[in-house]
Amino acid sequence: MIKRCLLIAFCTMWSVTLYAVVDGHQYPFDNDEQALRFKELASELRCPKCQNQNIADSDSIIAQDLRQELYEMVQSGKTDQDILGFMVQRYGDFVLYEPPVKTNTYFLWFGPLVLLLLLMLIWVVVIVRKRAATDVSVKTGQNNMQSYHRLLSDDTSNNQDQHSQ
Amino acid sequence: MKRLLLFAPFLFIFSLGVPLYFGLQKDPQELPSVLIGKPVPNFQLPNLLEPRVTLSNKDIKIKKPYLLNVWATWCPACKIEHPLLNEISKAGFDIVGLNYKDDAIAAQQWLLNRGNPYEYNLYDAEGRLVIDLGVFGAPETFVVDAEGIIQYRHVGLVDRQVWEQQLKPRLEQLMKPSSLMDKVLAND
Repeated sequence: MIKRCLLIAFCTMWSVTLYAVVDGHQYPFDNDEQALRFKELASELRCPKCQNQNIADSDSIIAQDLRQELYEMVQSGKTDQDILGFMVQRYGDFVLYEPPVKTNTYFLWFGPLVLLLLLMLIWVVVIVRKRAATDVSVKTGQNNMQSYHRLLSDDTSNNQDQHSQ
Repeated sequence: MKRLLLFAPFLFIFSLGVPLYFGLQKDPQELPSVLIGKPVPNFQLPNLLEPRVTLSNKDIKIKKPYLLNVWATWCPACKIEHPLLNEISKAGFDIVGLNYKDDAIAAQQWLLNRGNPYEYNLYDAEGRLVIDLGVFGAPETFVVDAEGIIQYRHVGLVDRQVWEQQLKPRLEQLMKPSSLMDKVLAND
């Protein structure tokens, strides 16, 4: 198991050594860390032209330019935050696949959670109500059975009385 | 009450469906520009017609609101909008041309053959200013006011309707002395 993990780690490391290949273009880097960051950032940034692709996948002119810009920024040692800030300053939050938490994205971020809580609340209310209803019916059912047995036993004793007479 | 509750799922789906339906009709290419209200980014670019001369922000000596038009010879829509740009320029409006990732010779030829509607011709071979402007294709057209602040952005072809309804009214509004007065007053 450990051997296999090491092998996989080795292979992945080896595949990004020296250069990152994105969309058929080679981007040479001095170290693995930069090559990896370049690959990650290129897949996190959305292409503004072809909107359902990231800038790693897209071959549009602007995606190529943004990749080049990204490449130079990673090489010059800019932090992820600097790079994402640079992109957002020009293209807006739109370029981020993970939108930031802001007042206008509260619904996006917390809407599903609120909905889930709401549904759970409804679920609990429904279950509690149902349980209360079945308890009542079971109780009334038991009561009915008891009175039925009582009646039955009364009846048989009466019958016995009649027989004895 | 119970009966009304039966409508709850319907209401829920309906309230989801209405915004989604209207979302379908929006043009996904129309992104809000982050640069509106901000100055044109700093640039230092060659003059397309005289590549040895470098132009920067302060070389753009236009004292009134103008259009900044991103174009290229590889862009089919630019071909379509070019005659209208010529017309706009003839009508007395100033346009700054930003040639984007193009072959300089082909671009010069284009202006010779089709006419040159531009007061200034910037040549952005690497697409630097284009990225700083948040442009993602050609053509794109910005309305810039007399102080060099970007006021509006139009993505895609400028046709007569866009010019008459979006760009021209904005340029004229910005040219009005009252809007200048408003600015002076606002600054005070």
